[in-house]
Order: sequence, then C-alpha cells, then structure tokens
Amino acid sequence: MTKPVLEVKGLHKNFGALQATKNVSLDLKPNEIHALIGPNGAGKSTLIGQIAGWITPDAGSIYLDGEDVTTETVASRSRKGLGRSFQVSSLAMEVSARRNVMLSVQASQGSSFRFWKQTKSDQELRETAGNWLKKVGLGGREDIAVSELSHGERRQVEVACALAMKPKALLLDEPMAGLGPTGSVQLTEFLEEIRPEIPILLIEHDMDAVFRLADRITVLVGGAAILSGSVDEIRASALVREAYLGEEA
Amino acid sequence: MQQTDTAPQSVTMPKFNRETLVNIAVMAILLALPLWASSIGEDYYVNLASLITIFAIAGVGLNFAIGQGGMVSFGHAAFFGIGGYTTGIAAFHSFEETLFMAMPFAISGTNQMLIIWIVAMVLCGLAALAIGAISLRTEGVYFIMITLAFAQMIYYFAISWPTYGGEDGLSIYLRNELPMVDAESALTFFLICFILLLGSIFVSARLSGSRFGAALGTARMNETRLATSGIDPFPIKLTGFVISAMITGLAGALFAELNGFVGPSMLSWHRSGEIMVFVILGGVGRLYGPVIGAALFVLLETYIGEWTEHWQLLLASPCLVSFSSPEAV
Repeated sequence: MTKPVLEVKGLHKNFGALQATKNVSLDLKPNEIHALIGPNGAGKSTLIGQIAGWITPDAGSIYLDGEDVTTETVASRSRKGLGRSFQVSSLAMEVSARRNVMLSVQASQGSSFRFWKQTKSDQELRETAGNWLKKVGLGGREDIAVSELSHGERRQVEVACALAMKPKALLLDEPMAGLGPTGSVQLTEFLEEIRPEIPILLIEHDMDAVFRLADRITVLVGGAAILSGSVDEIRASALVREAYLGEEA
Repeated sequence: MQQTDTAPQSVTMPKFNRETLVNIAVMAILLALPLWASSIGEDYYVNLASLITIFAIAGVGLNFAIGQGGMVSFGHAAFFGIGGYTTGIAAFHSFEETLFMAMPFAISGTNQMLIIWIVAMVLCGLAALAIGAISLRTEGVYFIMITLAFAQMIYYFAISWPTYGGEDGLSIYLRNELPMVDAESALTFFLICFILLLGSIFVSARLSGSRFGAALGTARMNETRLATSGIDPFPIKLTGFVISAMITGLAGALFAELNGFVGPSMLSWHRSGEIMVFVILGGVGRLYGPVIGAALFVLLETYIGEWTEHWQLLLASPCLVSFSSPEAV
C-alpha cells in the first residue's frame, strides 16, 4: 500500500454546542484526486481550516508526508508542502500577479529576512514567477495588478502561487466557483495534468467536475464523514442521494 | 502583448515622473533655504529647516510602519521620546561627570553624537521589540489603542523620574559633539540632519524593495496570502515595527540636540498624533511624503500660529484633502 501524502486522523472540533467536525479521518495518496463533497453547513470549511492550520482541532491529528503537523502554523504547513487555494481568492490585490507569485518563490527559496537586494532587479526570482504563471495559462498577463484580473484569472494566480511552493499536496477549496463553463473545463484539464505530480484534495460543488476528476470521494454531512468510496460507489449510494443530492430514497 | 487590456496601468505603476519631480523640488528647496538664510545670518530660519528635517525623519520612520507594514502606531512618540531622553541623559551625565549606573558595570555619560545615536536607536529597537511583541497580537483599532497605552506608560514614567527633571524636563547645556565638524553651528547641524534624512529615506526605500519589504507589504495587503505563501507574518511585522521605531528614535535624538532640551512633551500622545499628521499630510506610503507633511505642518504652525492660536483648524483642511483624495497631494 502506498503511503498517504496527507492524512487526517480522528479530527474533532466543537464550536460551543455545535459539533462542526465529528471524528473525521481521511487520507490523500500519491497520484490521486480525492474530492470532499457535502451540503452547505456540512463542516467542509471547518475541516479545511483545520487541515490548513487556521483552526485548531479539539482532538485528532494531521500528518503531512508522515510528519505530525497538528500544532504547526499555517505558514509552516505551507513551507512543508501543503499548497492551497481559497474559496474566495486571497491575494495581494494592489500588486501584479507576478509579485504575488514571487512571494511564494521567495518563501520556497528560504528566508525572507533579506534586507538589501532589490526584488525588482532579481531576474531569477521574476522569471521563475513568470514561468509558473505561464504554466497555469496566464502568459502575457504577468504584470497586471490582480485587482484588474478576472475572477477566473485570480484563481489561476492562486494556483500558480501554490505550485511555486513545490507542494507535496494541494488543497483546493471550490476552485470552479465563479469560473463559467469554459473556465471550468480548462481548469479541469489542468488539474488532470498535474495530478500525477501533485495529489489534490478537492472541495467542489460542481458535480460534473467532481465525477470527472475524482479517484475517490468522501461525503461530509453534519460534520461527519458518512461515506468514502469510488465515484461509482458514491453515485450508487442511496445514503448519499438522500443526504446530499436531496432525493428521497 | 495582449491588446485586450485597456485598464489603466496606474494601479500598478506610480506616476513616476511627476512625483519624482515634486520630490526633487521639495528636497532642493529644503536644502537651499537654510543655505540662503545662513548666508544672510538668519539662523532662526536655519533652525526652522532643521526642525522640518527632524520631523520628516520621524515621519519616515512611522511611514515605514504604516505605509509599508500597515501597522498604524499611535505610540511613536514613545520612540521619539526615548531617542530624546537618551541624548538628554547622556549629555547630563557627561556634563555632571557622573555615572549613569555603576552596577553591574559602569556606564558614564557621553557627549559624542555618534555614540548617542547608536545607543538611542538600539534602545528604541529594544523598546519596540517589547511593545511590538505584545501589540502586534492585536489589529486595527486595538493596535492603535495599545500602542497609545504603551506610549502613555513611558510618558508617565518620564514624569515621575525626578533625577532627569520629571515634569520639568532636562536641559542640554552644550550641544553634543561630532568628530571633525562644528555641530554648534546652525547650518552644520542642519546639514547633519539633512544627510540623516536622505539616509533614512534611502534605507526605507531599499528595505521596501527587498524580499523583506515584499513580505512586509503583503502583511499589509493580505496577511492570509503571506501565511499561505509560507511566511509567518508575526516576525516580519515585528521586525518592520522595530526598524520604524529606530528611525523615529534617531529623529528624537536630533530633536533634543536642536532644542537643547528634553521634556515629557516629547513623549505625549499629541506628539504621536503630530508624527502621524506628517505621514498623512504627505500621503501614506509615499517615500518623500513625510518631508512634505512635516514642512507643511511646521510652516503652518509657525506662520499661521503667529496670528491665531487656532492654527490647527487650518491644518485640518489639507488633511481633509489628503484623506478624501490621496492622489491629489
């Protein structure tokens, strides 16, 4: 059996009386896309928050490439190889796409406590960032301020930022949201392309994309992972239809 | 080239030429006026220019925290005052030929500016490290209030320390010395301040353009992005805060030299507000902004203050302009 790149074991999180995460365990193996689906309020965001490091779990542990990262900060997890994109893209809006990616490149190269050399004349840094942007399909748009870019393009910048960190695993939170049909198809193809290099934990509402991309699907309802299996198993499951797809069994 | 992009590029590209011209003009006037005033023997105006220059340095310091790091500190008078008191206390012990402390090792006073500057900046850095380590756990209004609270603590500490004058402050009878030059001369002292202003602007610009500056700028724009890129925001912001405090502390040391006096007023919250006004008047984040801000402030205070004590009412109008349309200033 291959060793999982990302592993979540027995995660619990309560907000007061609300059990937002109930004993969730899941893993992400090399070369796979593992989709996490569930209706609104199922606790997907809370779970992602704990995996990325914004929320501290009450119990349970998170392993990245075999290493326990449960108590590590967001930044530390990123450095150790957990790349991510956000539901609502989170970028430095006032500066160019290239500048955003340059920051990730700079972080992956080591310390940011370098005070003298100017980044704008650092050709290697600029070009590396530019290459990542080309890779996600933003060639020619590198030096435009993120605030001037479209929704879909911002999403691409985020993915470029994540890839520039040379991650071991990617955590993509609703990457298709707001993309439009063409954008969705393009992104789906792109994710197919990087799957052999970087496994992806995908949170997505677009079921077409999920069924097309996912190797495995975990269904989250009421904070608990009620089912985990292949695309066909999930499609066939009466439990999922009832809980998620909203059909009466 | 993509021809689809018709959006104005001004968002990413500052209006370089016009702003550079204004900056050069302002610095040239600031340099030329005291040279001229000195040649006709009007040291008053030379000292006025020194005051503008010193305030500008204080503003450059705060502007680094606000404009680059997004840390709106309402307690920078603490660093201005610590710089000032370092000068005052060093000069006091040097003049009295007493020791600042005997245990665990003897520290005497000094009248050497270079040593005082370094000590002042180190002390400000240490103070900022302590204040920042606590304050930077908060954000927004809470950060403003907690920095203000720390500055007030230091203010009351100075008031209640009778050795160094308490509420009355401390006089510096002789201006401290710098090797090879006569710092007593008003013009020479102005030139010293002017060179230090250029130095602080240069350092601020270099730091802003460095990898550290890129991280600090992202801390201002989007802290989530910074953390997601694998850089912990806290140490970056703390370092930025310390650098900012050190620059403002240097200004405080010069201010004490210029006036031959330090008092608790250097530490009061009014002073924090004034330093912030220099930054806002000149445009937050603009490299030379604090020079323009400090010049406007001092000139308004001096000339309009002559015929009405409510001169600050008039100060409000340029402030309003810079608030409502930052591009105009």
